[in-house]
Amino acid sequence: MAVRRPYVRTMDGWWRRDPFFVRYMAREMTAPFVALYALVLLAGLVCLALGPAAYEDYVEVLASPASLALHVALVGVLVYHTFTWFQIMPKTMPPIVLRGRRLSAAAITSGAVAVAALCMAVLWLLAGWLA
Amino acid sequence: MSRRSSQPFYWALFGAGGMLSALVGAMMVFTTGLALPLGIGPGARLSTYEGASAIVRSLPAKLFLFAVVSLFLWHAAHRMYHTVHDFGIRPGAIAWTCCYGVALLGTLVALVALFAAGF
Repeated sequence: MAVRRPYVRTMDGWWRRDPFFVRYMAREMTAPFVALYALVLLAGLVCLALGPAAYEDYVEVLASPASLALHVALVGVLVYHTFTWFQIMPKTMPPIVLRGRRLSAAAITSGAVAVAALCMAVLWLLAGWLA
Repeated sequence: MSRRSSQPFYWALFGAGGMLSALVGAMMVFTTGLALPLGIGPGARLSTYEGASAIVRSLPAKLFLFAVVSLFLWHAAHRMYHTVHDFGIRPGAIAWTCCYGVALLGTLVALVALFAAGF
C-alpha cells in the first residue's frame, strides 16, 4: 500500500512572512534584554552588599567599552519597549469613554508615552536629589 | 471542585513588570549603566561605594530597586516562555525553569542582597 505523504507547509520562519508578525516578534524580543538589564542591576546590588572592593570591581566592569556599548543598545531597546507597550495598551485595557465618545487608541498611546517621559524625568531628578 | 489556574498570577506580574519597565526602564538603564560609570549627574555619587550604599539603605529606594529587578525578571520570563513556543520550543519543565526559575531565583537573591546591604 502506498504511503500517503501530504504536503505540509513548514512553519520555519513563519513570522518573517508578514510585517505584522515581524513587529510582533521585535516587540516580544525586548524581553530577554529587559531580563539582561535586571541581572546586571542585580549583580550591582550583590556587589554592593559584599562591600567596597566588590562594588569598585562592579563599577570598573560597567566602565568597560563593552559594557557601555551594551547599555547604549539597552537604552534603545527599552525606549522601543516603552513605545510598543503603550501601542498595545489600548487593546488590553477596557475602553475609556469621554463625553459619550471612545478615547482613540492614538490618544491613549501618546498620553501614556508622555506619562512615561514624565516618570523618567522625575526618576532622574530623584536620583540627583538622593545621591 | 475545580482547580484554579495560576495564569492570572503570572499575567499580573508580567503586566506590572511591563508597565514599570515601560515607565522608567530606559532611564534606569541610562542612570545605572551609563551615568554611573561615566560620572554624569547623580552617577558621580552612585559610582562610589558610600554614595550607592547611602541610597540603597533608604527604604523607598530598596523597595523601588526590588520592584525593578524582580518585576523586570517576571515580565521577561512570562513573555519569553510564551514566545519560545512560536519558535517551536514546547512549553515544559525545561522552558519553565529557564524562564520563571530565573525570575524566582533573581527575586530571592535581590531580597538577600538588599537586606544584607543594611538599613
